[in-house]
Amino acid sequence: MSVYHRKLRCKMIVLTLSFSLIPLFVLGATFYYQFSSAYEGMVLESIRNRAQNRVSALELFFEERVAQLTVLVMNHSYKTLSDEEFLNQLFESMQSRSKSYTDLGLIDADGNHVAYVGPFYEKLKHVNYVHEPWFSAVMSSGLFISDVFSGFRKVPHFIIAVRRIEGNRTWILRATVNSDIIDKIVRTGQLGRKGDAFLVNYRNELQTSPRFSGELLSKPRAPDFSSTAGTIVEKVKFEGESYLFAASALANPRWVMVIREDLSEKMAPLFEASYLEGVIGGLGILLVVVGTLFTTRSMTNELIRMEHEKGVADHAMMQAAKMAALGKMAAGVAHEINNPLQIIGDQAGWMKDLLAEEEFRESANYEELTNCLKKIERNLERCRSITHRMLRFGRRMEPALEEVDVHSLIDETITFLENEARFREIHIETQYAEKVPHITTDRAQLQQVFLNIIDNGLDAVGRGGMIRVKTSYNSGIPGEVIIEFTDNGPGIPKDMLSKVFDPFFSTKPANGGTGLGLSISYSIIEKLGGKISVESDGKHGATFTIRLPVK
Amino acid sequence: MEKFRVLIVDDEDDFVETMVKRLKSKGLEAEGVNRGHAALELLRHKEFDVCVLDVRMPGMDGIETLREMKKRDPSLEVIILTGHGSVESGIQGLQLGAYNYVMKPVPFPELLEQIVQAYERKVIEEERRQHRLVHDAPEL
Repeated sequence: MSVYHRKLRCKMIVLTLSFSLIPLFVLGATFYYQFSSAYEGMVLESIRNRAQNRVSALELFFEERVAQLTVLVMNHSYKTLSDEEFLNQLFESMQSRSKSYTDLGLIDADGNHVAYVGPFYEKLKHVNYVHEPWFSAVMSSGLFISDVFSGFRKVPHFIIAVRRIEGNRTWILRATVNSDIIDKIVRTGQLGRKGDAFLVNYRNELQTSPRFSGELLSKPRAPDFSSTAGTIVEKVKFEGESYLFAASALANPRWVMVIREDLSEKMAPLFEASYLEGVIGGLGILLVVVGTLFTTRSMTNELIRMEHEKGVADHAMMQAAKMAALGKMAAGVAHEINNPLQIIGDQAGWMKDLLAEEEFRESANYEELTNCLKKIERNLERCRSITHRMLRFGRRMEPALEEVDVHSLIDETITFLENEARFREIHIETQYAEKVPHITTDRAQLQQVFLNIIDNGLDAVGRGGMIRVKTSYNSGIPGEVIIEFTDNGPGIPKDMLSKVFDPFFSTKPANGGTGLGLSISYSIIEKLGGKISVESDGKHGATFTIRLPVK
Repeated sequence: MEKFRVLIVDDEDDFVETMVKRLKSKGLEAEGVNRGHAALELLRHKEFDVCVLDVRMPGMDGIETLREMKKRDPSLEVIILTGHGSVESGIQGLQLGAYNYVMKPVPFPELLEQIVQAYERKVIEEERRQHRLVHDAPEL
């Protein structure tokens, strides 16, 4: 493959690949981007919904508690509730529905525990709350929900306090609520292996016990969401891992619900999809590349084959055109030279005639002059043979067709050259195929060709050489007889192979070769509808092959 | 050698001159011209036995001249000289009644031999015609 073809092939490969792969990449990238943003949107939406949902559940829980206490406070007077017996009954009826209350207490405007129901009677009955922050808060706003604290009992809980202004008396009903129920509500918001959910207060202290994010009442191992208003969803890189956080604020108490999710876990289906896309894309690219390479290879090979065929056809056509042109020229030159040759010959002959007369015979230079004339005549003869061969090469003679037995023709031709061959100790060997049919051709002209080729062979091989004439028959359509002349001479150099049929190309000009023998043979074989070709490796002889149609 | 008359027609003056000289030296009666027209003109008032005629000449070419010659004197034997080895013009000449065609350059002895043979044929033809005349006479 030539550099040109290699370049062409590279160009084709690059072009085809870029035209097929660029759309593939664009499609893949667009698809991936669209899908991932849609999927991410879906994931964000789901976590946001979950956070809001949990907040609603918590708010409902608090509203229920507050409503229960408010109803209690509105429907009973200070007097009734200060009776601990009655308060106990009330507490038990509340407990029958929900075990979330730990104790219940009535507190007067001075902060004294007027009545108390609960497991810590001895401890709490005589506590005064007037300096507690929540006491002043509930006295001023009417309702107070505390943050979670472990209190005296080391059990996380919080209080709900409701104030009533009854005539000129102000009093407070205070309930302690177990916070494990809040934990339960919050925990339903956590999903997956690494999901977490918790509540923080406005000081960013944990109000529940999360799975991973820290201890109750400590700072959570998470970004600070304590000042969140409404609902936010954020992707956060935290402690070396990517998390998705949703935070949603409660109205009362001022807590923030936080849900944490592992991003990689949540995005796993997306990664799976993109992995699958990558695999399919990779296979597609492989297919395109293999297809491109295959197509390009077969296209370049086809191109090379066509170029080669065209080259061969062009070469044959050029050779034929060259032959025709040279033939015309040779004939023209020969004709122009023939007239002067004739005159020179006649003049020399005339001189010879004159010399033959008596008076010149006595002349001192008679011998010299006759010699001169003899030489002139001999060389004229040479010129004559050259111009005649040139004319023969150039003339367009219709071949006289007859049935010819190639084998007998070869044998006959060899007998012409037998003496010469024997003299030079050259062995001419024949190797005839059986059943070679007679061909219709011009016997004399074909013999001329055989003569030329064998004669050339004799000159080529030198003393002690060998020439083999081999025939074969190709019974195709049209059938053809193939005659091969192989010699074991020095061969023909590669760069000269294409020139051997050119007129005036001779390897033996010093020996009087005219360089016309093979070109005459070429034009004869062409005229007879056959083909003549030569092969040689430039070292071990040459083979001339003649293919003649049987007709 | 029997003395007979030869006409050389060729546009190469040197060729004509030498041929005439050499033919004369062989004891023949020879004359030469360099144009077809001149040859026909000469034939108008002079008789020849053999004519050597070049095919390629300026003006009237050899074939045309041959046609005209044969029209006037069919007994004149003509040898065609072809320069470019074209067998066609030779064959055309033969069809028009030329004795033979010879390719240039031709050695003098060869041409002389052709000329002699042409003359011999003319003599034979002549005799045959005479014989026929004699033979056919009673029937007339």
